[in-house]
Amino acid sequence: MDTCARTRFGRQSGDARCGRPGGDAGALTRAGRLAAMAIVLGASSWGPAREAVAQERDATAADWVIPRTPAGHPDLQGNWSNATVTPIQRPEGQDPVMTWERVAEIEGRVRAAVEAGYADSDPNRAAPPVGGQFTGDPRFDAASGGTGGYNRFFIDAGELVAVFNGEPRTSLVVDPPNGRVPELSDEGRERFMERRRLRGRFGAFDNPENRPLGERCIMSFGSNAGPPMLPNYFYNNNYTIVQTPDHVLIMTEMVHDVRIIRLGEPKRLPGHIRPWMGDSWGRWEGDTLVVETTNLHPNQTLQGIPPSEEMKVTERFTRAGEHTLNYEFTVEDPLMFTRPWSGQVPFNRLDGLVYEYACHEGNYAMENVLRGARAEERRSRN
Amino acid sequence: MTGNGWRQAGAMATLSPMRTLTWILVALAASVPASACSQTPDLPRTASGRPDMNGLWQALGNAHWDIEPHAARPALAMQPGPVVPVPAAEVVALGAVGSVPSGYGVVVGGEIPYLPDALELRDENRAHWIERDPEIKCYLPGVPRATYMPFPFQIVQSDTKLFIAYEYASAMREVYLEDPGPPQVDSWMGQSVGRWEGDTFVVEVSGFNGQAWFDRAGNHHGPGLRVTERYTMTGPDHIMYEAEIDDRETFARPWTIRMPLYRNIDPNARLGQFKCVEFVEELMYGHLRKNPIR
Repeated sequence: MDTCARTRFGRQSGDARCGRPGGDAGALTRAGRLAAMAIVLGASSWGPAREAVAQERDATAADWVIPRTPAGHPDLQGNWSNATVTPIQRPEGQDPVMTWERVAEIEGRVRAAVEAGYADSDPNRAAPPVGGQFTGDPRFDAASGGTGGYNRFFIDAGELVAVFNGEPRTSLVVDPPNGRVPELSDEGRERFMERRRLRGRFGAFDNPENRPLGERCIMSFGSNAGPPMLPNYFYNNNYTIVQTPDHVLIMTEMVHDVRIIRLGEPKRLPGHIRPWMGDSWGRWEGDTLVVETTNLHPNQTLQGIPPSEEMKVTERFTRAGEHTLNYEFTVEDPLMFTRPWSGQVPFNRLDGLVYEYACHEGNYAMENVLRGARAEERRSRN
Repeated sequence: MTGNGWRQAGAMATLSPMRTLTWILVALAASVPASACSQTPDLPRTASGRPDMNGLWQALGNAHWDIEPHAARPALAMQPGPVVPVPAAEVVALGAVGSVPSGYGVVVGGEIPYLPDALELRDENRAHWIERDPEIKCYLPGVPRATYMPFPFQIVQSDTKLFIAYEYASAMREVYLEDPGPPQVDSWMGQSVGRWEGDTFVVEVSGFNGQAWFDRAGNHHGPGLRVTERYTMTGPDHIMYEAEIDDRETFARPWTIRMPLYRNIDPNARLGQFKCVEFVEELMYGHLRKNPIR
């Protein structure tokens, strides 16, 4: 994890906390506040809390109709976030859908942790011990080795359980039915091992190319830009969509990547041209925008798996409410996986601006990580 | 609204030619407020009647080398030679590919009105181009430089949003059609706020970090820069682009660049991907490899 411009611009996403004094009142996203409100409403006057939350989760009025562009298509435009606490893959032994009591428990715990994280530091605290002070939370420890690189201020990992079509989910992957990314095929395992063997020929800090794409400021980590576009469980899970009658533009905040999807009959790029986010073509199927992407870059990773030349990702975007965009995806890669797999991710309306994500321009970490490794080598030689 | 006249004119197509012409003239005259620029006919328009700038655009010419008038020269980085200056060691292998083509400049009036210290810094930048030009490190280009880099850019414009995606370095900016207030953070590309003045799209850009340049010739500005861009379609495939540059810390007075932008009319044209960050890793980090290859 690098510090990049992120350290400087921290919570730059259009979060209520950013750039506003006394931001604690804004610590919940709009959807979060509405959800909290809905729980209160549900308990007091709306009958079963579960129903109220399910209906009011995105506070869409009963008479809401899909907003449309002048061309008649559903209007997907605006800023969206897919940050969530629901993991991509389902933990063993859980049902696909959790209870609303469980939702309240999880979100309450997350909110308490966020609030605790915002508490003022003790000005009289002692210096951290030599070697760092590990918190036990990898989100804080991984970035800095426990030396205090990131604290709660810098991360925006998602505070809501993913609710899709009114169901609170335990995983984003919904097919296979166990909510897990399927097994690799023999060929897939061989390619995966080949990549591992290649990596094993070098130390992790030998060359810039041995560092992860996110640290190099080439791509967002965690498949944020995708496709499929997945939350990274850390920060900046934000997107901007702009739409014309024949194009849809999707901007991913992290590493400022733009995908311009042309609508119509695909004219695919030649096989040897594999852009980082592939070659995307779209079409409307009723009120759903369907986007098919091929030619994904071989050095992209999807949950650690490199896409083969045959990977196809199909994404489906459907407005589900005033504050919700339903995002569904299917990954088909017969060379890598034993079967296709699919997921469903709610994108929540982001109530604010998305700021510039200038990663490479402030990437002192790359230089310092490599320089540190060279210094270590010199020290161990002496 | 500027588009009404055009749409009304279209509805008159079944009338006799003379009457149609009369109606067009009447409709056009009625639709243009006295203060607005006159409406340009024959422009593609969006549903709400604005000029439709959707598509791929690119500047022609050599402004990206040097926005001021300049003669061709052997290279951007030079060193003294026994007879005359010659290309510096770092670029000599590029031969003619590294040479600078001439350009007659895009600065209205010819010369940038630098304050004396700023002019000195420009000359110093020029002498140290290879270490200092942000383009060499694949840094974001800023505005207006992004417009005339030797790469296309794509405008994605709806009635409620306008976004500009540049091929170079995946640079991009949303042009806010509603003013969000003062920029909250300094940035390379600045904060852009756009409005229509008649058929001209006017963009006010501010909130710069002051690290971007104007070109490869060391022309620079500070963080106080304010750019007012004007995009005026003069036909379906041309935009006259104008940018007023205002930075009192650097320049004696505001000044303007102007150039046409051309639509790529190839129906198959698409914005390419030029994510150059990985292309400059050897330059930036090569000396820190375990086994440097230089």
